[in-house]
Amino acid sequence: MTDLAASPRQESSLTALVRHSRYVLGENPVTGFAFALFVLIVLAAVFGPHIVPYDPLASDTSEALKPPSLQHWFGTDQLGRDVFSRVVVATRLDFFIAVASVALVFLMGGLAGVAAGFFGGWTDRIVGRIADTIMAFPLFVLAMGIVAALGNTVQNIVLATAIVNFPLYARIARAEANIRREAGFVEAARLSGNSDWRILTFQILPNVFPILVVQMSLTMGYAILNAAGLSFIGLGVRPPTPEWGIMVAEGAQFIVSGEWWNAFFPGAALMVAVFCFNLLGDGLRDMVDPRRRT
Amino acid sequence: MTALLDIADVSKWFPAGAGPGAWARLKRRLSGGVEKLPKVYAVDDVSFAIAKGETVGLVGESGCGKSTLVRALTRLIDVSQGSVKLGSRELALKPARVFARDRDRARIQMVFQDAGESVNPRFTAFAAIADPLRRLRKLRGNALKERVETVAGQCGLPLQLLSRFPHQLSGGQRARVGIARAIAVEPDLLVLDEPTAALDVSVQVVVLQLLQRLKKELGMSYLFVSHDLSVVRLLCDRVLVMYLGKIVEAGPAAKVFEHPLHPYTQALVAAVPRLHETASRLRLTGEPRSPIDPDPNACRFYGRCPHGVDACKTTMPALDAFGDRQVACHFAESFLPQPRIAS
Amino acid sequence: MTPAPALSVEGLSVEFRTRSGAVRALENVSFRVAKGETVALVGESGSGKSVTAYAVMGILDPAGRVTAGRAMLGDLDLLAATPKELANVRGRKIAMIFQNPRTALNPIRPVGRQIADVLICHGNVSRRAAPAQAVEMLRAVGITDPARRAKAYPFEMSGGMCQRVMIAIALAAKPTLLIADEPTTGLDVTTQAVIMDLINDLAKELGMATIFITHDLALAGQRSARIVVMHAGHVVENAPTADLFANPRHPYTAELIAATPDSAASLDELAAIAGSLPDLRRADLPPCRYSERCPRKIAACAQPLPLAAPDAAHFVACWNPLPAQVVVAPTVSAA
Repeated sequence: MTDLAASPRQESSLTALVRHSRYVLGENPVTGFAFALFVLIVLAAVFGPHIVPYDPLASDTSEALKPPSLQHWFGTDQLGRDVFSRVVVATRLDFFIAVASVALVFLMGGLAGVAAGFFGGWTDRIVGRIADTIMAFPLFVLAMGIVAALGNTVQNIVLATAIVNFPLYARIARAEANIRREAGFVEAARLSGNSDWRILTFQILPNVFPILVVQMSLTMGYAILNAAGLSFIGLGVRPPTPEWGIMVAEGAQFIVSGEWWNAFFPGAALMVAVFCFNLLGDGLRDMVDPRRRT
Repeated sequence: MTALLDIADVSKWFPAGAGPGAWARLKRRLSGGVEKLPKVYAVDDVSFAIAKGETVGLVGESGCGKSTLVRALTRLIDVSQGSVKLGSRELALKPARVFARDRDRARIQMVFQDAGESVNPRFTAFAAIADPLRRLRKLRGNALKERVETVAGQCGLPLQLLSRFPHQLSGGQRARVGIARAIAVEPDLLVLDEPTAALDVSVQVVVLQLLQRLKKELGMSYLFVSHDLSVVRLLCDRVLVMYLGKIVEAGPAAKVFEHPLHPYTQALVAAVPRLHETASRLRLTGEPRSPIDPDPNACRFYGRCPHGVDACKTTMPALDAFGDRQVACHFAESFLPQPRIAS
Repeated sequence: MTPAPALSVEGLSVEFRTRSGAVRALENVSFRVAKGETVALVGESGSGKSVTAYAVMGILDPAGRVTAGRAMLGDLDLLAATPKELANVRGRKIAMIFQNPRTALNPIRPVGRQIADVLICHGNVSRRAAPAQAVEMLRAVGITDPARRAKAYPFEMSGGMCQRVMIAIALAAKPTLLIADEPTTGLDVTTQAVIMDLINDLAKELGMATIFITHDLALAGQRSARIVVMHAGHVVENAPTADLFANPRHPYTAELIAATPDSAASLDELAAIAGSLPDLRRADLPPCRYSERCPRKIAACAQPLPLAAPDAAHFVACWNPLPAQVVVAPTVSAA
């Protein structure tokens, strides 16, 4: 074998990914930080209700509107509920809305986009028009309209958030599938006796998938903001459920009178979550981008 | 020798430019008008045959339609008109997407130009070679593993490389994977689309010699598409020269390169860099004619041809036979070797 | 050597920093290009021929670093020059043509304007006179109907025409040194011949020194007076073209010639080159980077390579070269 010596060491794709991820984390500590934050958010979402010091719904009017202290780290609200407990417990709901809506749009937008890019023609036109129609609205107003029309439930918030993100996913998936449609490996697969559907599923999708995963992380932040925004204007989760958007809305009226902690801490939690997902998306992009691999 | 593949009067044209939208087409159809849309004649009325065990070279510059032609005859795309016969069976009538699952799919296979691009980056070498065996031979489990390893061995691909992804392989190794995948289902005709264009000269030699050995061992016919004439000369029995969708010259490879008859072939042969000769000064001037709705009565080479006269503008030369060669030029006779040479 | 060299590269070494260690991409590369002479750098991919050009032009990738050597353009050492000096020299005195002309041109600007821009910037041509002169340049590089073509955008032109435009841009300021990095790779052979004619003719006309980088030994042979063969970042042989083909002395050169399809009457006569390029990150690279593939390896190969005398007519970096023969008559005339 003449060309054996120059080939790289053998390793499985998994160990290669782990090695590469370690490199990206080492090269860019911010990604490591974002990843740590992400783990924290997940922990809060999973174990939140079991570890918080107070019942997030238990009111105690004698303790109302107390500033942050050792007892109540983030202070208490107008009903004397512990803001820290409420912020932590709210993580689960907000995180769930974000994950569910992103997963939904990943399926809808990803599949529709890949099909549009691969088949072209009518499929492409229909998916394109749907995306254009959605984009024609101011996205937040559209989400408001959907929730207002369908009803004030968590499912509808998830659906509305997914729909407003649809064009983004459909377009990325369409573009990525379209450039691979004429690729050599697609022609080779055809010669190997693969039908169009098999090519789409087993050849194109695995190549588009990682790109959409990066997009998922980037839109997570937007999804959380969107859900919180809906709740903020009263079109989402209803009080007294702990939810960052409602808490900011409820706390906002007390800022004028100096009780800033009521709105500040849920707002800060929101900001940290969005920040974390965006940074994570950048890091993930570096990890899955084959051009950054050696 | 019987013809393995016989294609006759094959044309492939594509709509040129964007064309009218759906609404305009509907309106035109309702009003009953028939308007001719501009078309790119990528392949125009091409006929030839490949005998069993023969290696045929197809040369021509980029954009001359050789890629379209091989994709049409491997049934990756549909022909606009004409016949593609494999043995006695007519394949042109079957739409390309149906042919993917046809029983004869395995008989025509192809090796692509850039093995790096024609192997899915997310497939291991094993998965790539196994794919046609799974789909077309329905092999599974141990039988599949055995077959893949046999083919890899035939192509000189060490078995420990089978678990690697394309980006972990060298250019030569990737080329071997592409060849192994194509011969795995034992095709009768292997189309080689510039298989060594992306390789260094030292690796190119190894791959060419591998191809020649495989052909002897497996008794395949080759259609070898290349722009590198010195490689075609070494590998091919017969050569077809294509210019703007038409075959302008065909004949035994040695004769065509020794003594090209068509002015385009003459320029092509003259332009090939030679190790021990100075550059010849025979050059083509001007730009090729447009392939969009070309004048059916003018020679495609007119305008760049150093011998062109008015007759070339009004009469399309036919592909005429001169002994074992064919040339499409009004002046082919005057380029024929003098009798004293043809002993 | 009678004419003063237009460019003299001496002991050039370049390293690339990568995650898995330093890649010693070039080591002790030396060669000269005389005024009006065309020198070809020939080698397979990974041999360092393009890196050499990039180092001389000062456009190495940020990970690359020149660790030793000089590149004298007249009195100026290009490797030690300040960015300002370099910017002054680039375009005016050295110009480069790249492999893919279409990507090297600005896609949204008519080609005539692009040439005019360069003329105004480097050629001391007034803003008013530039467009007309751009048309003249297009005519000089053999574009038919130059006035109309000057208004065309790159995507409206064929690859060959784009390369002509690139040549026009490169030659706008009448440089003393032209570096052509695989200028015809990706073009058809008929177009390749025309473009190479053009480069050769213009070089002759302007008295330009030309460095012609290619992987095609046969093409290099037809188009240059001298060939520098590179392997794994070393210059292994440097000789006048006719001499090199008639009497290759480095084993690698001989094998490269034997692997060139044009050299054989049948496929069986072609000889593959055993082995592959060594990993340039290795700490234990032997002094001769070819020795691990070499059929003529001897004990002496473990000592440092012989150094090039700067003006040796036929230099070979080998302790056990093929024997020198008396050349009867040069069969290849330099273009």
